Amino acid sequence: MSSENEKDGQPSGTAESSEDVKSLSKDEAKKFYEEKGIDFSPDAPVKPKPIPQFEKSISDKIASKFSSKVTVDYVRNGRIRVSTKKEDILDVAHFIRDELGYDHAESVSGVDYPDSKEIEVVYHLGSYTDEKLANQVLTLATRVPREEIPTPGKDSSRMTSLREVFYSVEFHERECFEMFGVYFEGHPDNRRLLLPEDWADIPPFRKDFKIKGR
Amino acid sequence: MTTQLPPGIQLENIDDRIMTLNVGPQHPGSGHMRLIIKVDGDYIVSCDPDPGYVHRGEEKMAEYRNYIQNIPHLERPVIHDSSNILYPYCLAVEELLGIEVPERAKYIRVIAAELNRCIYILYWLAIYGIFLGHSTMFMWPAGDRELFIDLLEAMSGARVTHAYLVPGGVRNDLPANFEERCLRQVDYFEKRLKEYQAVFYKNPILISRTEGTGILSRTDAIRLGTTGSVLRASGVNFDIRKKEPYDVYENLDFEPVVMKEGDSYARSYVPYLEMFESCRIIRDAIRKMPKSGSVRTKLKPNPKGGNDEVYKRVESGRGALGYYIVSNNRPEPYRVKISVGSFRNLICMPYLLKGELLGNMPAVYWSLNYWPVEADR
Amino acid sequence: MLKEFFNQETAPHATNVLVGKLGDILVRAVGKPLDYAINWGRIWSLWPVHLETACCSVEFGAASSPRYDVERFGIIEAFGSLRQCDLIVVMGTITRKMAPRLRMVYDQMPDPKYVIAMGACAITGGLYFDSYNVLPGIDGVLPVDIYVPGCPPRPETLIQGCMLLQEKIKRMKGA
Repeated sequence: MSSENEKDGQPSGTAESSEDVKSLSKDEAKKFYEEKGIDFSPDAPVKPKPIPQFEKSISDKIASKFSSKVTVDYVRNGRIRVSTKKEDILDVAHFIRDELGYDHAESVSGVDYPDSKEIEVVYHLGSYTDEKLANQVLTLATRVPREEIPTPGKDSSRMTSLREVFYSVEFHERECFEMFGVYFEGHPDNRRLLLPEDWADIPPFRKDFKIKGR
Repeated sequence: MTTQLPPGIQLENIDDRIMTLNVGPQHPGSGHMRLIIKVDGDYIVSCDPDPGYVHRGEEKMAEYRNYIQNIPHLERPVIHDSSNILYPYCLAVEELLGIEVPERAKYIRVIAAELNRCIYILYWLAIYGIFLGHSTMFMWPAGDRELFIDLLEAMSGARVTHAYLVPGGVRNDLPANFEERCLRQVDYFEKRLKEYQAVFYKNPILISRTEGTGILSRTDAIRLGTTGSVLRASGVNFDIRKKEPYDVYENLDFEPVVMKEGDSYARSYVPYLEMFESCRIIRDAIRKMPKSGSVRTKLKPNPKGGNDEVYKRVESGRGALGYYIVSNNRPEPYRVKISVGSFRNLICMPYLLKGELLGNMPAVYWSLNYWPVEADR
Repeated sequence: MLKEFFNQETAPHATNVLVGKLGDILVRAVGKPLDYAINWGRIWSLWPVHLETACCSVEFGAASSPRYDVERFGIIEAFGSLRQCDLIVVMGTITRKMAPRLRMVYDQMPDPKYVIAMGACAITGGLYFDSYNVLPGIDGVLPVDIYVPGCPPRPETLIQGCMLLQEKIKRMKGA
């Protein structure tokens, strides 16, 4: 797609066209792009990449241990993503730490999916001790139910904390609690971290929290 | 508990002697965060960090802007390290959109990132010096920092907020005679750095305040998931530039700095030695860089990411800096998570300050290389 | 009043009141003709509070560096207690969590006090105009004297802002 743009060779031309498009409707804009010969499809890479061997062996270990409990979403160069149910996450995390050698969490992120009424909690795990795993990041994801009217700490969006497995998730889980309202059972202090003390609105990173003017 | 307490000091079961202190947010020594410290006499009994005074909701804002509009506000958390905080964002967006970066642009990015790392470390060193009561150590790095700011200003046009790295390469080519000028500055700077050694790092007052305080052992550093200079000062050889080389770092010649002591002195010494390595990288990159060629792959107007997610990380001035971007066939990202080194090192604070002297609090706090604006995002 | 002054039991309190009143009378008596002299004294030693609120503090630090050296214009590097300060430079974004603290700091400063709003975020909210946690400017919290635009302002701009403040103080009433 980059080569296409270079073939056009008119950076100013494309800038003009994008200005024109603003006043067009969506279908008109599509037609406009097609006439110009610009690809309107998503810009994701099309051809699949070969699956790397080392990463495949790690994901196979997890898959063979917890056959039906986990799903391996993707295996890429240096990145593995495994998702599991929230009841099984503690077992999977113990296995990842003790058998595979991942020893710390880099981040804990929540992703809100209002359509499927779920919040995904994503742990990015890495390893300092194992030299071979240095360039690997294992993504462990789970989904918790999401309620339309959240009451953080009291509703059904809760899951087991991984703090006893990965000590480093402490502050990350606190952040996730206040930003998404996911309560972590077994976490020593699920207190407020970044937001002001008088915050009375719903957790701000949920999709139904709209920021002003948008 | 890592530190051995002097005999006769109890930390538990004393109620009426314990006093609570609020250090910050207005306090020369804490920056824009608050530490709720409980002291027994001069010894810190417990410490509870209270960040969030600069929480600006970057991650929420990023969901309303497209991939190009996101550039300026995503570099604001660390304006004196703006190339390094944009680096993983550019890498992630490039992977998401399937963009190839020209070879020359990769080298220019590395040069910009290393210059910015020096700028960051010098600013940090200036602050570290002044809060230990060493005014010379504020003036020297703050003055030398301007040399590199000049270089980046010539490259990008802005003093601190460069927005120089963009998805697909860099914004514009290097100015004329840049290589020559950069090498001259680097040569001068290396000579100057050696003087810091004599005036600051061999200063007996500094040594007495930092050596042996706030010791973080190797096991604890790994368990707490620390990163960057804090981790490397505790004897873990982990530098993402070596372990997971991005762009052209695998072709360049440098060694990560590792120290074994794990005290405040080691944590303040590692970034200093890293500046020498940065100078080495800049020299090497200028030598190996293609002398001409394109510096930017043009993007389509309003590019869309696929139904995908990506996690990219680089080594910034404060440690690993990762971007987790989820996209859903829209021009705007569905979710952006910035995993920053400062926030990851926050967990050390209650751990290291417990049992320290109150007077050593700034020495330990600033050695953690903590930048509150970045941690709060 | 003199009796009170010499009464040992109420002495410390009464002395404070007396000194305060005497000061007021003195300023009122000499204030008008000496406005210029009093303000002249103020402008050459402005002590800023050391309150960093966001990323603009990097440029405030750079303004005290040897290249820009704001001290030659009478703005002293930000150190010391806020009880001795008469200038507050609001360096950037004020979030909802910071705003009560900012006001608390301002209230603790002795009169007369001056406010410089530094950076786009402190003036209007800047880049973060649509963020949920950022105030759209600090006008609602503090009475601002000088606005220094930029994101972040260059140190030269900050110095110019300080000099404008000095011009403003010169024309102010002495007491």
